[in-house]
Amino acid sequence: MSHGVKVRVWGELALFSRPEMKVERCSYDVMTPSAARGILEAIYWHPGLRWVIDKIHVRKPIRFTSVRRNEVKSKVLASNVLQVMNGGDKPLYISSKEEIVQRAAILLREVEYVIEAHFEMTEQANGSDNPGKFKDIIMRRLRKGECYHMPYLGCREFPANFALWEDEKIDTAYPGEVKDLGYMLYDFDYSNPEEIQPMFFRAELRDGVLDIRDCEVVR
Amino acid sequence: MGEAIKNRYEFVVLFDVENGNPNGDPDAGNLPRIDPESGYGIVTDVCLKRKIRNYVETVKEDAEGYKIYIKEDVPLNRSDNTAYEYLNTNEKDVKELKKKDPDVDRKIRDFMCKNFFDIRTFGAVMTTFVKAALNCGQVRGPVQLGFARSIDPIISQEVTITRVAITTEKDAENKSTEMGRKNIVPYALYRAEGYISANLARKVTGFSEEDLELLWDAIINMFEIDHSAARGKMAVRELIVFRHSKELGDCPAYKLFDAIEVKKREDVLYPRQYKDYSVTIHEDQVPDSVEISRKI
Repeated sequence: MSHGVKVRVWGELALFSRPEMKVERCSYDVMTPSAARGILEAIYWHPGLRWVIDKIHVRKPIRFTSVRRNEVKSKVLASNVLQVMNGGDKPLYISSKEEIVQRAAILLREVEYVIEAHFEMTEQANGSDNPGKFKDIIMRRLRKGECYHMPYLGCREFPANFALWEDEKIDTAYPGEVKDLGYMLYDFDYSNPEEIQPMFFRAELRDGVLDIRDCEVVR
Repeated sequence: MGEAIKNRYEFVVLFDVENGNPNGDPDAGNLPRIDPESGYGIVTDVCLKRKIRNYVETVKEDAEGYKIYIKEDVPLNRSDNTAYEYLNTNEKDVKELKKKDPDVDRKIRDFMCKNFFDIRTFGAVMTTFVKAALNCGQVRGPVQLGFARSIDPIISQEVTITRVAITTEKDAENKSTEMGRKNIVPYALYRAEGYISANLARKVTGFSEEDLELLWDAIINMFEIDHSAARGKMAVRELIVFRHSKELGDCPAYKLFDAIEVKKREDVLYPRQYKDYSVTIHEDQVPDSVEISRKI
């Protein structure tokens, strides 16, 4: 795959929320393909290209920790809005008294991954765009540590350090092991903006590698 | 309002606490937050952001363009409302409006960013706008903060206190004092790291050079207006800023952070003051194009 890249990402904490446990957030055991895509897009993205994640290598043992924080709960009902709308120009804030709840989050700690991915050209590419150009840009950014915004491991408060992975071989924390991780979020299907659909896949960590090529995606 | 910033920044904040609780853990009966495996103290990103917001709110007093979205007492949607009022519409008409003006979501977003310093800086989730497929739901701000961690493991000390005033009549018949508890960290130095993306500033929120100066001010003074019985003595000791020469940056952030070494001095067994630590900036590890400045 000539358009492929290998990116090492690491950080102190990570939170790849399970959709079924998103109120009190609990992380998946490993990074999801959509989170990996988000990291690559934070480094480089263009309407003319689409990132496809091939493999995620898990280089550090899976460990958890938890943090409870004061968070803002939710938005107010639309019916209340109408009432307030007639109230005119008043001071504006989120109400901490009513809107704040304490929520725990189960985080991953000390994570390190190597993301193997490639990009495909899309119809929105300009005439002057070509895979070689995109590849050059992404390689330069990875080598120099340039990014559009700092990538993160699931949530913005857990920044992801990144660097190009240049070795041929990628060692993982689980050689010789097979771990069934159950169903995991693959990504969202944005093809209909009115109805964005989640997609899932059966995740299996084989020798510490999550192989997402040719996996069956369920909706 | 000035132009959006044109350079990527990274920054390191060193702050300390003396006989206080910098950030209580609701999971542990308000004990100072601690990493259970290593014993290092933690202060969450949201805790620091709250202080920055409070500082800006105090200094700017809701001046035009410097309103603070997330504070106390008034429901959230009232703010969204001004955006609707500004556009001379309401939620029900939004769908209609969207047909006429395809840019309406961008306008609402820009309005919020222009008026609220914290949205311009940290971003916001404006889910109430998502209705009718309006897509300004999420604004990512240029400023990103991680958890702060102490340089050395901390211990938290429980201090039992008494008070002579009894709350209820019934209790007053039986006892003359009530006992309370305070949890303090005798001393700890914390390090927080942050990132500022010039691209998000330029393309999304319009976070400007003036905003940046205000942000530095807010970070330096964030504990000066936050004194309370629980906090003890807290102060920002260092704000080290890395200014890249380019919008995208010149080198990886971790290299810059690694160039700042904070260490307990060798002859010190129990750090109890800032002087017990040494801060070294290894300038040789920082590319020439990155400008380092110590703001304090």
